[in-house]
Amino acid sequence: MPAPPSKKPRAPRVRIHPLGDSALLAELGTKLDTALNTRAIALADNLKKRRDVRQAVAATAGVTVHFDPDLVTITALGAAIKRLATKRPPVAEPGRLHRIPVAYDGEDLADAAATLGLSSERVIELHTRPIYRVFLVGFVPGWAYLGPLPEELELPRRSVPRTLVPAGAVAIAGRQTGIYPLATPGGWHLIGRTTVKTFLPNSDPPCLFRAGDRVKFFAAPTG
Amino acid sequence: MDRFAHRAANLLVGNPAIDATLECTLKGPHLVATHNLLVAVTGADLDPRLNGSPAPMWTGFLVTGGDRLTFEGRRLGARAYIAVAGGFLGDRWLGSASTYVLVGRGGLAGRALKAGDSISLAHDPVSQVPGRELDRDLRPDYSDHTLYAIPGPHIRRLDGEGRHTLFGGEFRVSHQSNRMGYRLEGATLAMSGDEVLSFGLAVGAVQVPSGGQPILLMADHQTAGGYPVPAVVASASLPVAAQLAPGDEVRFAEVSVEKAVELRSAALRVLEALRA
Repeated sequence: MPAPPSKKPRAPRVRIHPLGDSALLAELGTKLDTALNTRAIALADNLKKRRDVRQAVAATAGVTVHFDPDLVTITALGAAIKRLATKRPPVAEPGRLHRIPVAYDGEDLADAAATLGLSSERVIELHTRPIYRVFLVGFVPGWAYLGPLPEELELPRRSVPRTLVPAGAVAIAGRQTGIYPLATPGGWHLIGRTTVKTFLPNSDPPCLFRAGDRVKFFAAPTG
Repeated sequence: MDRFAHRAANLLVGNPAIDATLECTLKGPHLVATHNLLVAVTGADLDPRLNGSPAPMWTGFLVTGGDRLTFEGRRLGARAYIAVAGGFLGDRWLGSASTYVLVGRGGLAGRALKAGDSISLAHDPVSQVPGRELDRDLRPDYSDHTLYAIPGPHIRRLDGEGRHTLFGGEFRVSHQSNRMGYRLEGATLAMSGDEVLSFGLAVGAVQVPSGGQPILLMADHQTAGGYPVPAVVASASLPVAAQLAPGDEVRFAEVSVEKAVELRSAALRVLEALRA
């Protein structure tokens, strides 16, 4: 039998998954979507105020919540999260805007352009056009997942990741772009480099970007 | 890595449980006491010796200036913990004295200790009373490599057979393993479904990249990732996980969240009793 039509607009359905005995993942959706990300950030900010929550990490379309199992059960916390998530998030203030100079001379620029069927100039033009959103800060200190990348630039990750990508490399993969904060292994396509430091070890938090911030790249000869 | 052993070592010498200890992986250091100290060694059995004679484990004991604490070799487990009354002094970064080698922060100049280093005490010792001991029956059993694990967010991406392999199959810790995580060899896991959007991870998460070889995330794990997570090791089993060395066999036993919380509470009660 079909469900009766509901009169109220539905809030996103929240799925609560245990992530061990002291953490859970509250999944708001499965798409790279600014509205979902705004909801995730608001939900995480709300949860951080709870005494039984140690840390709430907003991700692209969900929140990872680290909690104290001595103070709350996963069932009770899950129910509270579902109630909180039905609340309309406050109108988000636009995140801080970072303008990032990039020297577009990355090792993979020519190959990436050829695979995409574009000129290198066109890749640069497309990469510098949008104001990207910081969807998630994480992975290694200073790393931020930025997007969405224009569809014309969508590429799968490199089949063989590099064992060492230099700090400051600007890279693309899928519908996302990012800046390598430290010399680490990496599987994204390197299209340029910047001298802007995204890992700030003497600051707390030690990252330039925060979830919800905005990032605009521009071409500069020395990055 | 082994928070139980780390905290127990501190409590045995009368420190707050969160003081800095020395974590010694596979091989122990040669230490010389510069003055009288109350010491405890917990975690892996690396055959600790005080001036050449067997030193007790999981027990507070006194050393005098000039005494040598050495380790003859690995007998069980992978990581030993050394605490001294007064705690070790380390650089603090983001509220912790832990050494984070990737960014060169915390501990002693953000690096592993090396021969010739001298380490200071963080504060005046609260206790100088030796002989506090953790009962043998209450010490973790590092020889049983069965890790309790809770089904994770992406457990449904495994079919019946895959789930049977995950909870019951034999895995081996590969040599590509460190404080970030252990690559597991042996059985492979075929996960179905689309790519996962990156999300915040937790210690103990078992993530499965497209090749199907699972990775068990440990203390220095990446904070976010986009691989499916079919299981997460229970808090109570993380100390055993921390004591695995490359080449060790390991398997996962499925538990409910409720059971995992019970096991966690039981371990915390053991530590609480040491505080008295």
